[in-house]
Amino acid sequence: MSLPISRSLKADTSGLTRRGLLAAGAGTVFVSAFPFPAGAAPEDMKAAIRKAFGKGELRDGRVSINTPPIAENGYSVPITVRVESPMSEGDHVREIGLFSPRNPVAHIAHYYLGPRAGRAEIATRIRMAGTQDVMAVAKMNDGTLWSAARETVVTLAACVVL
Amino acid sequence: MRRLGALALLALSACGPDMAKGETGFETPQSGSAFLKPDTRALQSDDFANPGFLWVDRGEALFARASEGGPACASCHDGGEHTLEGVAARYPAIDDQTGELFNLERRINACRSRHQGEPPLEHESEALLSLTAYVAHLSRGVAIDVETGGAARPYYEAGREYFFTRRGQFNLSCHHCHDRNWGQSLRGDTISQGHPNGFPAYRLEWESFGSLHRRLRDCDTGVRAAPYPAGSDTYVALELYLAARANGLAMESPGVRR
Amino acid sequence: MASIRLSVPDTAAKGEVIEIKALIRHPMESGFRRDSRGETIPRDIITRFECEYDGQTVFAADFHPSVSANPFLTFYTTATVSGTLTFRWTDQTGRTWSESAEIRVT
Ligand code: HEC
Ligand code: HEC
Repeated sequence: MSLPISRSLKADTSGLTRRGLLAAGAGTVFVSAFPFPAGAAPEDMKAAIRKAFGKGELRDGRVSINTPPIAENGYSVPITVRVESPMSEGDHVREIGLFSPRNPVAHIAHYYLGPRAGRAEIATRIRMAGTQDVMAVAKMNDGTLWSAARETVVTLAACVVL
Repeated sequence: MRRLGALALLALSACGPDMAKGETGFETPQSGSAFLKPDTRALQSDDFANPGFLWVDRGEALFARASEGGPACASCHDGGEHTLEGVAARYPAIDDQTGELFNLERRINACRSRHQGEPPLEHESEALLSLTAYVAHLSRGVAIDVETGGAARPYYEAGREYFFTRRGQFNLSCHHCHDRNWGQSLRGDTISQGHPNGFPAYRLEWESFGSLHRRLRDCDTGVRAAPYPAGSDTYVALELYLAARANGLAMESPGVRR
Repeated sequence: MASIRLSVPDTAAKGEVIEIKALIRHPMESGFRRDSRGETIPRDIITRFECEYDGQTVFAADFHPSVSANPFLTFYTTATVSGTLTFRWTDQTGRTWSESAEIRVT
């Protein structure tokens, strides 16, 4: 933890008593710094992907994800997913799924496209329960599954509700 | 626990002699948006994706709609003599009829009762937030320019008093954080100079839109002090001090904040 | 009052890929949060979004609780004919809202 104010390093030990006192009164209140409460356990992401896309093999490639490397907080992280595809009648993306390894519901969202999209790209904003590698899976019209993952560091929001 | 540690240390650091009252700790005011990460700043400046515009849009619709008891806001304030462009940058201001200090919310409610025969809207209600968002947005880019003399003086003094008074379990004043420690980071957050120019604003942590007073409640709660109700006299006076402290800073509402 | 902001070009050339943006006003209450008394705040989310154009659903999305409040979406479609794009969104209880935009294709 970086100490916010250097002068504080010179504080004498009376600070410890004080800190204990403050901590004691702190159990009660406050909105979480993250969009989901700490108690909400993450779901199994692999199972969620299987549920959405079936048993096919997940290949690396064709999918790219863009998120800020460091997000200000986990409430609203911008994300763009792009899939390499001509988006023709014969060769196009049918579905894109977004998945989280750390959120209480692993399946974030699912998008249905067709050749008329012209461009296999979506952008949205999502909640993140902390730093994680969000995954995107694309299903082509030939049934193949392609995927990518990208890490986003979610910095803690301010102390308590500040 | 660790986050409490950070605040406790901040509390200790604030044990030095208080700075002379009236000193703001900065030469020119810097907007809170300057202390955001680029993505959040980009969201604020995107006039489509900035979620605050959902409230501005609704405010615009309410503004144009005739009320049951009287004419629509727009029928009196559609340009001309009573245009509301730039008006929000002069608020809070003294109401000539009563001699009292009105912030924008109070002014809008006064128009409802005086000119529309409608009851006041609750502070923080969706309707009042939306109307305030719309009116504030009409001053985007306009420099804050509030009057602190004359009848406004006692309110200004009361607001300043509040700003410099230590409170809560952490025994910190607004001044300790926003004058003496702006630019410092507090557990991943960066303390700004605490200006009101982005409000009402969309706060990511609220996942919603809120007034300046809601933000002040968060700051008071953060030092474990009992917050005042949104719309209270105490916060309206504090709002005047904050605006005066930010005089010259461009209005940004609808701001986007962490 | 549910509402939406839409960005759809007024005009486009036939065959041009156009960008569509939507910002929907909705709390997307996840169902995981608790209020000050410790009671779970019930889930209240939009679950489905669709865009219909030229007789076809050209884009659809399923939303789950990890979609941010006031959902934002960008997607693309090919301009085919002049006409109406209809946007429809539905919450978990089946309540549906819709809004439309006109496009002129040259
Ligand atoms: C312990 C430190 C602390 C104290 C004390 C404190 N604040 Fe804050 N305040 C913050 C933090 C952190 C933020 C969020 C980041 C920032 O500064 O914009 C904030 C935000 C604000 C903002 C919004 C600024 C913006 O652009 O979004 C205002 C206005 C504000 N505070 C006013 C006050 C007032 C008035 C008081 C006294 C009643 C006060 N604060 C007390 C830490 C503090
Ligand atoms: C019948 C005409 C009328 C209607 C309707 C009306 N107003 Fe006003 N408004 C006024 C007048 C006159 C003033 C000057 C102060 C006063 O007399 O109350 C004013 C003042 C204001 C001001 C402050 C202007 C300044 O320069 O300080 C704001 C902001 C405002 N009105 C907003 C609204 C809004 C929002 C509504 C709708 C909820 C509204 N008004 C409805 C007549 C009207």
